Amino acid sequence: MQKLVVIGAGMASGRVLEHLFETDAQAYEVTLFNAEPRGNYNRIMLSPVLSGEKSYAEIVTHDDDWYAEHKVTCRFGEKVLSVDRTRKVVVGEKGEVPYDKLIIATGSTPFIVPVEGRDLPGVIAYRDLDDTNTMIEASGKPGTQAVVIGGGLLGLEAAAGLRLRGMEVTVVHLSGHLMERQLDEAAGYLLRKDLERRGINVVTRGSTQRIVGTDKVEGVELADGTVLPASLVVMAVGIRPSVQIAKEAGLDVGRAITVDAQMQTSDPDIYAVGECVEFEGTLFGLVAPLYEQAKVLAKALLGEADTFVVKELSTKLKVTGCDLFSAGDFAEAEGREEIVLRDPTQGVYRRLVIENDRLVGAVMYGDTGDANWFFDLMKNKTPVAEMRETLIFGQSYQGGAPLDPMAAVAALPDDAEICGCNGVCKGKITSTINEKGLTSLDDVRAHTKASSSCGTCTGLVEQLMALTLGGAFNPNAVKPMCGCTDLGHGDVRRLIRAKELKSIPEVMQELEWKTSCGCAKCRPALNYYLISDWPGEYQDDKQSRFINERVHANIQKDGTYSVVPRMWGGMTSAKELRAIADVVEKFDIPSVKCTGGARIDMLGVKKEDLPAVWADLNAAGMVSGAAYGKALRTVKSCVGSDWCRFGTQDSTGLGMRIEKFMWGSWTPGKVKMAVSGCPRNCAEATCKDVGVICTEAGYEIHFAGAAGLDIKGTEILTQVKTEDEAFEMIVALVQLYREQGHYLERIYKWLKRVGMDSIKEAIVENAEKRRHYFERFAESQDIYRRDPWAERATGGVASHEFKPMADITFKEAAE
Amino acid sequence: MTTPAWYKIGLVTDIPKRGARCLNTPLGRVAVFRTADDRVFAMEDRCPHKGGPLSQGIVHDRSVTCPLHNAVISLESGEMKGPDEGTVKTFAIRIDAQSQTIEISFDAVAAEPFVEAAE
Repeated sequence: MQKLVVIGAGMASGRVLEHLFETDAQAYEVTLFNAEPRGNYNRIMLSPVLSGEKSYAEIVTHDDDWYAEHKVTCRFGEKVLSVDRTRKVVVGEKGEVPYDKLIIATGSTPFIVPVEGRDLPGVIAYRDLDDTNTMIEASGKPGTQAVVIGGGLLGLEAAAGLRLRGMEVTVVHLSGHLMERQLDEAAGYLLRKDLERRGINVVTRGSTQRIVGTDKVEGVELADGTVLPASLVVMAVGIRPSVQIAKEAGLDVGRAITVDAQMQTSDPDIYAVGECVEFEGTLFGLVAPLYEQAKVLAKALLGEADTFVVKELSTKLKVTGCDLFSAGDFAEAEGREEIVLRDPTQGVYRRLVIENDRLVGAVMYGDTGDANWFFDLMKNKTPVAEMRETLIFGQSYQGGAPLDPMAAVAALPDDAEICGCNGVCKGKITSTINEKGLTSLDDVRAHTKASSSCGTCTGLVEQLMALTLGGAFNPNAVKPMCGCTDLGHGDVRRLIRAKELKSIPEVMQELEWKTSCGCAKCRPALNYYLISDWPGEYQDDKQSRFINERVHANIQKDGTYSVVPRMWGGMTSAKELRAIADVVEKFDIPSVKCTGGARIDMLGVKKEDLPAVWADLNAAGMVSGAAYGKALRTVKSCVGSDWCRFGTQDSTGLGMRIEKFMWGSWTPGKVKMAVSGCPRNCAEATCKDVGVICTEAGYEIHFAGAAGLDIKGTEILTQVKTEDEAFEMIVALVQLYREQGHYLERIYKWLKRVGMDSIKEAIVENAEKRRHYFERFAESQDIYRRDPWAERATGGVASHEFKPMADITFKEAAE
Repeated sequence: MTTPAWYKIGLVTDIPKRGARCLNTPLGRVAVFRTADDRVFAMEDRCPHKGGPLSQGIVHDRSVTCPLHNAVISLESGEMKGPDEGTVKTFAIRIDAQSQTIEISFDAVAAEPFVEAAE
């Protein structure tokens, strides 16, 4: 059996032994020297030991039993004096050990700043368990102060640990920002803020002049004359490879012990591993490459071929709650591009550096969830061109609602669902945009289906397009209504009025429609505009309405329909409920459910049953709830002063009054309302298209809320004293929206487009205009406020809808 | 079957312009469309995308837009338009010029002209 001597029981040599014993436990008889009086422990876990999050016992890698099991002769606490290469012996303090193969794993020693006072008691480095114990001991005295010199990885971990142990800690750092080797300025700034929040004082550009004290350390004096009092000074400014033994033995040593790709030194029987080696000019301080070296070295010892290569390194700070990650080279340089994502509200910063289509550097702060993914891209040198635009958003997104919607969209992972209707995720959209070179929303809709159904995700899709296409996407360019025209909704509405166009064919002719009879997008829009602008004159074109508005029920996925009768203000009665129950039983309706708008939905009604269902509901006094339309939907209310001990006004009464006046009106998008009887807002009026909050003083009129895919609180239009004023104000507001809104544009989007000032000017500030809008609404209601169910149930309107044209059996062939 | 069988289903005016009606047939529901220029087309009442009832869609030019997810289908070929792929089975239709009676065949080639009188 060959003799293997190892100098240094650190993490690298420990790993060598593990590999060695795993592969061939009988190959070597091992002697292990260690200057520290203990075996191998996980040095990088000293920070948690310092902070008290772990105990020493928990970080021991190899205990006595392990060494015994593998018959390792341990010479712990014994320094190696020299290596005699001619006799092939290692000379320890307690005697010589012959070797066939030798591993030098002497690691590194902390760099001590050569200033006056550096030898005073209380000045320590942060390197091993003894240093850690010294710090723990020092922190035991309450109110003591510590200065950590060096704001790098180690120094900050020491500072955080000492702070957690209750000391007052100041970090003195020479550079302009913390961890300058791993972080850029922005991330360094965030880190500093985080540390300061934890009570750690940070001095950057702080140059240590001398260490003050007579018998023991009393403070640190900086170049600018500041004296920071301290009973403990931790030097954490860097490490130096420990190469003395190797040097004295005559091995090739540059900055550290020079090794080849098999970790062999200039002497074929001597290997070196860990922080004490230099390979192709590179030194190593992080654990990952050391483990790689260990693997290669173990194989070399067993005569197997393997090669050590320098890979990208990454750094994570082991300070609980400080999430930072850095990897690779992130200096700015010619030919490099960077992608930066900042989210100040979440304290998130990400920066990626790309060179020759490869990710070469990454700095992340605050959200390092995608660190491994980025690191993989770097390690594997994956080309990033295809994901270039979405790269920075990584793979995961962690909660929260950042203020900047672009950042929120940006941070969504690729598998995040964008279009709930069609189940389209972000990755699908962005990749399709890139692959197909899509530039317009219509294209994206056509190719991905995203935003082609309810349209509530249109904003998100547009943001994704902006993110994906950058400058190539201009959402402010006039968006044509559809492929049939180059005109946008605004122009079409304006021209319909200016040219007095009063039918769809007229509009298409005069405005030079490119198709003969439009499409499923423009026809419903034109039909609405004409209804809104020419009430009474324009004949509603049912074939230009979406099926739901054509048959006054909601089509379901299986082609059946759902039916929702109105319940004024959310109030109902035994009679109505009984009628609903009877209808459900009579027509064998499979599902009955309460809607979010305080009424009852009957789902799964067969189309041919609709007229009969309506007839029965009509008989009990109920009318269509328009739950299917771009129309007034519900007016939710609370019980207000009728019942509630907090109610200030008759909110139910106002809700019913509004609903009874406004039902049957068509609007650009659906209109949902609510009236709450007090600021407790049980009717949830502050997320509605129009909402009222009653107070002792009167009525607060809200509008432009959203509670769908977009969530937005309402904005206050005005406050009025009487119910009549509130009523007029609300009706006028909706009429203004009816006249200005683009088809399918909800009130909050309309507000965003036209601005609050113009709305207030028309509705609040000018009583005459307000009256005028109110009256126009009332005129329109004279024509449109009629129950579409009654017309169809008993009036014979559109009867063709509900009957098949023919029933064919093959026997009745014409011939 | 050597000669195609034709079935009377009604008059052109039974279908609203730019609209559709349904037929119940042993092959399932069939949608019969009438365009703005009074052409009549028939196809399965089933969108290739998610099975939506095409008869309930909006008819424009020689196309219909499915009411469920806005797939656009050519009434002439039954093929989905735009980037989507999928075809709806179409059926031959002929109209008696005098009476405006519509006939459908489930075995004739869709291209067969409708000039021939039914009887």
